[in-house]
Formats: sequence, C-alpha cells, structure tokens
Amino acid sequence: MWKFLLPFAAFVALAVLFAFGLSPSRDIHALPSPLIGKAAPIFALTDVLDPARVVSNSTLKGQVYVLNVWATWCVACREEQEALLAISQSHVVPILGLDWKDDREKSRQWLQQLGNPYQAVAYDVDGRAAIDWGVYGAPETYLVDANGLIVYKYISPVTEAVWQREFLPRIAAARRGGA
Amino acid sequence: MNRRPVACALAVALLCLLAAAAPVTQAAPAVQAALAAAPAALDAHGQLRDPALQARFEQITKELRCLVCQNESIADSNAELAGDLRGQVQELLVAGKSDDAIFKYMTDRYGEFVRFSPPLETKTLFIWGAPFLMLVLGGVIVFRIVRKRASMPLDDDAVTGPDLR
Repeated sequence: MWKFLLPFAAFVALAVLFAFGLSPSRDIHALPSPLIGKAAPIFALTDVLDPARVVSNSTLKGQVYVLNVWATWCVACREEQEALLAISQSHVVPILGLDWKDDREKSRQWLQQLGNPYQAVAYDVDGRAAIDWGVYGAPETYLVDANGLIVYKYISPVTEAVWQREFLPRIAAARRGGA
Repeated sequence: MNRRPVACALAVALLCLLAAAAPVTQAAPAVQAALAAAPAALDAHGQLRDPALQARFEQITKELRCLVCQNESIADSNAELAGDLRGQVQELLVAGKSDDAIFKYMTDRYGEFVRFSPPLETKTLFIWGAPFLMLVLGGVIVFRIVRKRASMPLDDDAVTGPDLR
C-alpha cells in the first residue's frame, strides 16, 4: 500500500508546489521590502523644477505621506500619472516625487504635459536616494506614517482601485495609530 | 499591465529577456554612469587600483543578485541598477568596510534575496540542511533495498529467468 501511496503523495506535493511557484499571476519581480516598519531614509536633493531649491522628506516629519518613485523613461509611470493626479486632488495625503536617474529637462516637460500630482519632486540623478529606499524598478510607491516609518510599499503602477484597496485603509490605520 | 505570462521555469534566460522587454516595473536605462567611487581609487578601466580590494570586489559582486534580472549577479548584469550597486560596493570597499558590513548594507535595503547564498542561521537551517537530509534519506532507502535483496533466497530461476527483481 505505502509503495503506491508515497510516490503519489510526493507527486501531489510537487504539483501543489509548482502550481503556486510557477503560476503566471504570481509577480516574480515583486519582492518584499526589508524596509517595512523601518525608518524612512531621509534624503535632501534638488527640486527637479528648481535646482536652487532643496526637497527633503524630513520636512514631512509628523505627517503621513506617500513617496512615488518615477522617471520619464518609465512607460508604466505614464500609465500611473492619471491616477496620481486624481489622488493628489483628493488631498488625502501629500505625494512626494522621487525622479529616479532622469533628465531634468525631460522631467520638466513631463510634468508640464501630464500634470503635476506632487507636492515636490526630488531629483535623484545618481540614484543614491533610490538605493537607500531599496528601489529596484519604477514605479514604486511607499507609504510613510507620522512617525517616519515605512508602512507599505507598492510595486508597479498605482491605480484608483489599488489606492482604494491598499493605501486608504493603511492611511486610516496610520492616522489612528500615529497621531 | 502588460506583463506577459511566464509559462514555465525552463526558460530562465528567456525570462530575463521578457523582463527587459515588457516589465511593469522598469529598470533604469543608461542615463548615468555608475556611481563614482573616489576617482583616485579607480584605474582607467574603472577597476580598483588596490588588487586586494579588487579581488574582494569581484567576490562580493558575484555573491549579490541583480534585482532587475534576478538570475544574474550584479557582477554579470548590464542593468543600470547593477552598475549603481557595483559603484556602491566599490565605494564601501574604499571606505574600508568589511565584507559583512557590505552585505548588511545590501540586505538592509533589498532584503536577504539579494544574496545568492543565504547566511547560515536558524531560519535558513532547513535550506542548508535539506541536501544532507536528502542524502541520508536516500542512503537509508538504498540500504534497505540492498539488504532486502541480499536476504532473498537464491533459487534456480534467478539464474535462468529474466526477472531480476
């Protein structure tokens, strides 16, 4: 009896493993961030629209805010822009932009053409701030609570549905817990 | 969302090509060169002048996964992020950081997944132990089969018949 049951059980176990592991709906590029629950790295970079101005997330200390990593070379970021504009118009939280390894002039044009959902955009030309945040693709969107801790990271374009489902409940929770 | 479904894991290389062709999240293109380490520490080819440091650099970058093309190390990958991270490793080496400190720098930002070989600790004990477990298990099975066969009575049929079971 065991002689037949054991190989069959092994087969079922492997089938289940592969079904989960190789499922096309599983995003193999989405990695858990070790920064969740850790202090958001502080950056101080120039404003993409005004090189004389410094943009730092330290000014948002004590507030819940969103950091959106984008770039003009990122096609998916263009997709995301409409949702971000709607989100910024709802005035729920300030959105800070991190323009990752980009060209200042192109970024300026992008914001002019597509609209600017950001409170300010930091210009991370050499990608150092992005490394500190564990960025490995664009777009990536982070939620930071009032204590300056990273609560959540979303990889790939934010949509209205994602915002409702993933961000709003966490923002509400952060406000209840934080302030 | 134009992620192409990845049918099976056979095409690891193909996967990387797909990732480069149509990812939802994109890798940075060649906008900027790698982060500049202290320029004096580098030669004309961008290698560390100190051979000891260069040897450690090669060792460390082989051990770190490129998160853009996940089956390549940052030593091999042409992804922009890999270039940035190589620059970062060079800088940390020049700053006198230990290998452990550099690995910690990377895992603090990108998680244990950036390391090709996970460190030996309680939660990774199974990963490291599994091959030995399999070896022991296989050994026990083989031993039992051999012993069973050895204890089977030899009869005349065994010599003439094809049934060697």
